[in-house]
Amino acid sequence: MAQNLLKAASIVAAMALSGAVHAGASGAMLGNTCAGCHGTHGVSAGAAPSLKGLPTDYLKQAMHDFKSDKRPATIMNRIAKGYSDADIDAMAAYFGGMK
Amino acid sequence: MSNMKRREFIKVAGAAGAATGLGLMGMPMKASAAGGHVIVIGGGYGGTIAAKYIRLADPGIKVTLIEQNRTYHSCPFSNTVIGGLNDIGFIEHTYDGLASKNGVNIVHDTVTGIDAAKRTVTTANSGTMSYDRLVVSPGIDFRYDTIDGYDEAASHQVPHAWKAGPQTALLRAQLEAMPNGGTFVIACPPNPFRCPPGPYERISLVANYFKNHKPNSKIVVLDAKDKFSKQGLFQAGWTKHYGFGTDNSMIEWVSKANDGTVKAVDANKRVAITEFSEHQADVLNVIPAQKAGHIAHVAGLVNESGWCPVDYKTFESTIHKNVHVIGDAAIASPLPKSGYAANSEAKVCAAAIVDLMNGREPGHPAYVNTCYSLITPNHGISVAAVYDMGADGKVAGVKGAGGLTPADGNNQMEAIYAQSWYANIMGDMFSGT
Repeated sequence: MAQNLLKAASIVAAMALSGAVHAGASGAMLGNTCAGCHGTHGVSAGAAPSLKGLPTDYLKQAMHDFKSDKRPATIMNRIAKGYSDADIDAMAAYFGGMK
Repeated sequence: MSNMKRREFIKVAGAAGAATGLGLMGMPMKASAAGGHVIVIGGGYGGTIAAKYIRLADPGIKVTLIEQNRTYHSCPFSNTVIGGLNDIGFIEHTYDGLASKNGVNIVHDTVTGIDAAKRTVTTANSGTMSYDRLVVSPGIDFRYDTIDGYDEAASHQVPHAWKAGPQTALLRAQLEAMPNGGTFVIACPPNPFRCPPGPYERISLVANYFKNHKPNSKIVVLDAKDKFSKQGLFQAGWTKHYGFGTDNSMIEWVSKANDGTVKAVDANKRVAITEFSEHQADVLNVIPAQKAGHIAHVAGLVNESGWCPVDYKTFESTIHKNVHVIGDAAIASPLPKSGYAANSEAKVCAAAIVDLMNGREPGHPAYVNTCYSLITPNHGISVAAVYDMGADGKVAGVKGAGGLTPADGNNQMEAIYAQSWYANIMGDMFSGT
């Protein structure tokens, strides 16, 4: 009984934890939506740039600059406007953290 | 989650799994994860990605992909084959990478039935298989009852070429055999259908072929709609490259309001018949109205619309538990029936399945659509959208984001990015990274 309670408590704790960390989508969830154009795990086989392992700060700045139209592009200005600051942080950390 | 918590958590999830019959397959449970077996039906834009991303997220889950064909032909970029820009080999892919690098068990067979209560799938030649969760990604089928005289048999004379492969090659061969000065008639379907800009890209690339090789030829578009995807961009491109809107236009577009809906076809004579007129073609391409792929109907996964209702957070069917439907067959509006949307849905579905099989609440989803079309080999246009799920569980496009290529956009660069899109989305599906 005590053991069951402990297990139940750990589930609640785990869910609360994941809820607190990921108010929106996770970096992986967001980053995987990029793969259709930028390749699996951000490794591109075409003209679209690879994202894997780029500096996190660079990725963040690029997305903010696309979002504000400071940096011209064909399609990224339209796409970057779909993401919040927290989303951009999560995506940039996801690709920036890849080895 | 700390290691301690994670271990504890997996034990609980494993216990819950056993209690609900997760060990149905009698397979040894993997120590590293909850284990279990997912079957994916259909190896296209949705199914390949669901299979791969489940394996990437949790290699402890066994994944079996059941697909009828040994060779896959991509619908996106099949218009470049029809327009003579690429050979059929350009859109051919095999499942070797998914098998060897991602450890997906590939079974080439036809699924004949799904028993959602027993959680089994029956195949034509490989017997019956059990699953813990099932992903159904069957694509589309045609509503052959909507056009008199047009059915599967007629499609061997008058191709639809709306499932890529032999149909693509047939339409290409007919266009090649057509004399200069001939008429290509294409019947475009009513909504909803697979790849909304697809017919208009086809018209563009056939026009490009005619302009360069058979310049006296004409294209008559008989449309069951009064407007279509990327219409302004397509028509601006047709005006620029193919004289659209002039007396000498290569392309004539007949809208629904102008008697564009094809009601009947004489396949032997290559005649398309509308309410008030008959159109004699040298090459006739009929794209009929559509519905979810056959197995979705057999398995009772469709509602009265002929498509499959799903929960947008997991893509689990709202009709049958433990069965997920993704891609063109699913009702996923506002996500379109596009290859990129299928890819995006598959990733949301895969993540949810991995969470559910590990006893976790599925995380917040994210969806994107990015769709390029070619008007010439060097003139590309696009539409993009980013979608989010609100607190009410409804999915909507993020306001202020997405949309079409601007009128003054860089069409040459977009044509280059269209090629890049194809390389990378095919790699995502088949290269096994």
